[in-house]
This record gives sequence, structure tokens and C-alpha cells, in this order.
Amino acid sequence: MSISREDIEKVAVLARIKVDDKQVAALESDLGNILDLVDQLGAADTSDVAPMAHPLDAVQRLRADEVTETDQRAAFQAIAPATEDGLYLVPKVIE
Amino acid sequence: MHNKSVAELSRELESGRISSVELTQQFLERLQQEDGKYNSFITIAEEQAMADARVADEMRAAGRATAWTGVPFAHKDIFCTNGVRTTCGSKMLENFVPPYDATVTEKFRQAGAVCLGKTNMDEFAMGSSNESSFFGAVTNPWGLSSGEKRVPGGSSGGSAAAVAARLVPAATATDTGGSIRQPAALCGVTGLKPTYGRVSRYGMIAFASSLDQGGAIARSAEDNALMLNVMAGFDPKDSTSIDREVPDYTATLNEPLKGLKIGLPKEYFTDQLAPAMEEQVRNAVKEYETLGATVKEVSLPNAKLAIAAYYVIAPAEASANLSRFDGVRYGYRCEDPKDLMDMYTRTRAEGFGAEVKRRILVGTYALSHGYYDAYYLKAQKVRRLIQQDFASAFREVDVLMSPTSPSPAFIQGEKTSDPVTMYLEDIFTIAINLAGLPAMSVPAGFVDGLPVGLQIIGDYFAEARLLNAAHQFQQVTDWHQREPK
Repeated sequence: MSISREDIEKVAVLARIKVDDKQVAALESDLGNILDLVDQLGAADTSDVAPMAHPLDAVQRLRADEVTETDQRAAFQAIAPATEDGLYLVPKVIE
Repeated sequence: MHNKSVAELSRELESGRISSVELTQQFLERLQQEDGKYNSFITIAEEQAMADARVADEMRAAGRATAWTGVPFAHKDIFCTNGVRTTCGSKMLENFVPPYDATVTEKFRQAGAVCLGKTNMDEFAMGSSNESSFFGAVTNPWGLSSGEKRVPGGSSGGSAAAVAARLVPAATATDTGGSIRQPAALCGVTGLKPTYGRVSRYGMIAFASSLDQGGAIARSAEDNALMLNVMAGFDPKDSTSIDREVPDYTATLNEPLKGLKIGLPKEYFTDQLAPAMEEQVRNAVKEYETLGATVKEVSLPNAKLAIAAYYVIAPAEASANLSRFDGVRYGYRCEDPKDLMDMYTRTRAEGFGAEVKRRILVGTYALSHGYYDAYYLKAQKVRRLIQQDFASAFREVDVLMSPTSPSPAFIQGEKTSDPVTMYLEDIFTIAINLAGLPAMSVPAGFVDGLPVGLQIIGDYFAEARLLNAAHQFQQVTDWHQREPK
């Protein structure tokens, strides 16, 4: 299955990855090849098959509703690109 | 000392013939002299290693030594190490120093092991040749003497190359579609990918969470067993960790193999496999018959769909996992963003390499509106079919054997132009991840002077049986002891 330029541009926006025109052209062929590979799945008869999410069919464990973590904000923010007064800084969102 | 196994180094330290500080100095010196040829390390953690070594000597003096106390090793640069840079092979994390330890890191620390540094890898573990690392390709120690630079396999190529080159006796690794077994095969070392959920994923940077599993690379099965003894176990911090008793994996290494039932999946012995490779693998199977095993052909009819299912599921999960790299909380941020959207899109365009971006885009596409059922759901159903194939096979036999990779180590750059060609490297390993089973790669011969790996696949939680089978093979063969010239 081929993938169009428009599809690639739309997916790039959804994935928050900037792509230029030259990259779109290369991606058209690379992603097209990958999707051709993936299209082999169509050959399998899966009409009565339940999808498998976990090899051992384990389900999400729940823990007791107790406070177990301590505050490590300072350590976590020490590695952030930009912070101020305990807040993460990003470019201005609201004018 | 650099030729000794983990078990032998452990005995040297125990006897008092050498201290951990002395041993660590020797290994660090050799690492600094030799690694220029291979680029198998991203970070050599000299200061931290010497501090670990001093702690180890104190542990021993206080009578609290374990089998690992004072033994040098390395972590794949995907395991978070508190205070030591952890890059995952990406520009995105070029300067990331984690404020915490992965559970695997913590367990080795508690055992008193000495981490010499962090090994090179494909960016975010996406690759089969270790050529997608932001920190440069890794060169396989095998074939280098003939002037050819060959790939070590990937994504744990740094760990496999470092062990093969005798820079470390053992290294941690991870396997999402073959990333422990294929590099182990291409570098002539022994690798173990445990059952999904056996080793904690906490602090192991996520690629595809339903497939990722931490494991071991060392020269022998015995050293793999020693590694798994440290790594395995339930961890409440990993929601998919399995709460199940951990045996002593060294205790059953010497069990005889008489009566072991081996299955050879006919789909793994096809014309995709080079005849010279097949000969080596069949010779290894004959060796098992000499040891008392019986062999029969089995069938995994849906195995041919594994690569297609994997290249939906893994990119889909990766696209979700890697959304956390947004330039806000840690990692790379682009220069002078003009607004929030510009910051996100440029940070990710500049911070991720080409293969990572391709997979994020494929995954985003597969999960996008109108395509979810056709791709992701369909792939999850095919995954069930693949698992059922293995379940029927294990009703007839104890272990499955196959080649690990379709060909030996190839020359750098040979498969980089077409992503799909590279994906076929994992044709014999990927189905095992989809099913969540344990498997090993064991050195089993050479083709044109390059190592060949035998893959041994077991049923869920059969790691002890796999290690036993690999160890017995290594008692009667010396492929795992061959050293690259």
C-alpha cells in the first residue's frame, strides 16, 4: 500500500516532528516499503482470534492507595532545559 | 585477567589474589587503550567504577561478598544509572544524567558489581547493525584483521562487541525483536533474552513495552546464568513484571541432556538461510544428539507473518513511548523556539535520527483514525496465532533450535539504504518476542571466519533449561572460547 504526501504531512503533525519537502519525498518511499511489508498481514485469517496484548494475559496490578513516593521535584527539575520557581518553562502559549 | 569469565574473576577475588580496585584499574586501562577500534562504549565511567570497586573491597572485607562483588561489567546505555549519563544512543539524551537507577542497575549495585561504563547501541534500540547510534557505528571485532569493518549486529551491538573483544566479561542488554540474540550471534558470544516479565523494565528506556525485555550477554552460558541470578525477579515498579520465584540458574547447569526433545521449526530452515550457515547449525544439533537429545521437525505455520506483525506493533508502541521526548522536562530542546508547536516539532526533528523518526511516523499512522483496526488490531490477532504455534510445538518438544540470524556479520553500510532489508535480519528472532518466550543465542561455528549463532528457544520461564542446554553444549565445544584476532 502506498502512502501519499498529504498522509505523511498529516502524520508528521500528529507525531510533532517537523519534516521538510525533501524528507517527505524520501519518507514516501521508505514508509511505502514498510507498509508493503506490513500488508502481508492481510493474508492471515483472524476472524475468530482474540487480539493479544500480553503474552501471559496478565492484567494491570493495583496497589494500595497509600503515599509511597517522596517529593523529588528539585532533582527532577535540575535536568530540565528551563525552569523557574519550581515550574517548567515553555514558549509563551497565551498572548 | 581480561580473558577470564565472570565465574573465574569471582574466584580470583574470593581467593584474595587480586583486589577489586586492582582489577578495575586493569580493565579500565585496557578499555581506554582498545575501544578506539570498536567504539563499543558511549561513556567510560572511570570515577564511578573506581568508587564501586572500593565499595566492593569493603563489602568483601566485611564478609558480605556475593558472586558479583568486585567483578567488572558494563550496562547497555538504555539502563538508567543514577549520576552516570544515559543516552540510549540518541542526541535527544546526549546530556541526560538520570536522577535514579533502573531496577537492573540497582540489583547489580547491591550485588557489589563494578560498572565500567555504558555500551553503544542503535538509537532507542531501533536497529540490527548498531549503525543508527548518534555516537557512531560499532565495529565487530571479528573480521577486523582482514581490514573489513563489519557490523556487530544490533541493537545491543556495543555490549556484544565489548564482550567479544574481552573489554568486559559481561554486559547487560535488551531485546525487543532480536537485539540480544542477533548481536551475540554476529560477535560469537552467548546471549539470553528471558521470558517477558522475568526481568524488570523499570528504568530501562522504553521502546515497545509489550516486547522489550532486559537480558544478558557474556561469553559462556554459565556467566549468563550468573547474570540472570542478579537480574531476574518481581518488581512492583514494573506493572508487567511477573511475581514468580527465581531459581538459582547455576544450580541446574550440569544436568545431563539425555532425553531432551529438540524441535527444528521447518520454517526456519528455508532458502533465506545461507547453506553454509545451515550446515553449522545442523552440526550443532548433531552434537546435541551425541549428548543424548532426540530431534524432530516441527512447524510454526504463522512464523512468516512475524516481521509484518512486529513492524506494526513495535512502531505503534514506540510512537506512544517516545512522545515523552518533548523538550520540556529533560533531554534536548531546540534553539530559540518561536512558539510551543515550533519547540515540539523542531526538538523532535533535530533530536531524533532518521530510523527513529521513520518508526514514530509508521506507528502514528498505524494508530491514526481509520487505520487502527486494519493495522494494530490485526497485528495483535496475528500475534496470538504466532503464540499458539509455539504452544503446540512445546506440547511435542522441550526446546526449539534454529539459526539466530540468516547470515553472518555483514560489512558496515551494506544494508543502510533500505530499511526493509535491514528488518529481515531479525527474521528468526522476532516471533519469540511476539510470543514473549525466552531464547538464547549460543556460538556454534564459523562461516568464512565469522561466527554463527545457534538459537535455542524455550517455553515460558524455561530459562534454567535453556542455560543447562547451552552449558552442556559448551562443555563439548569451544566455539564460545574463540577469540577474534
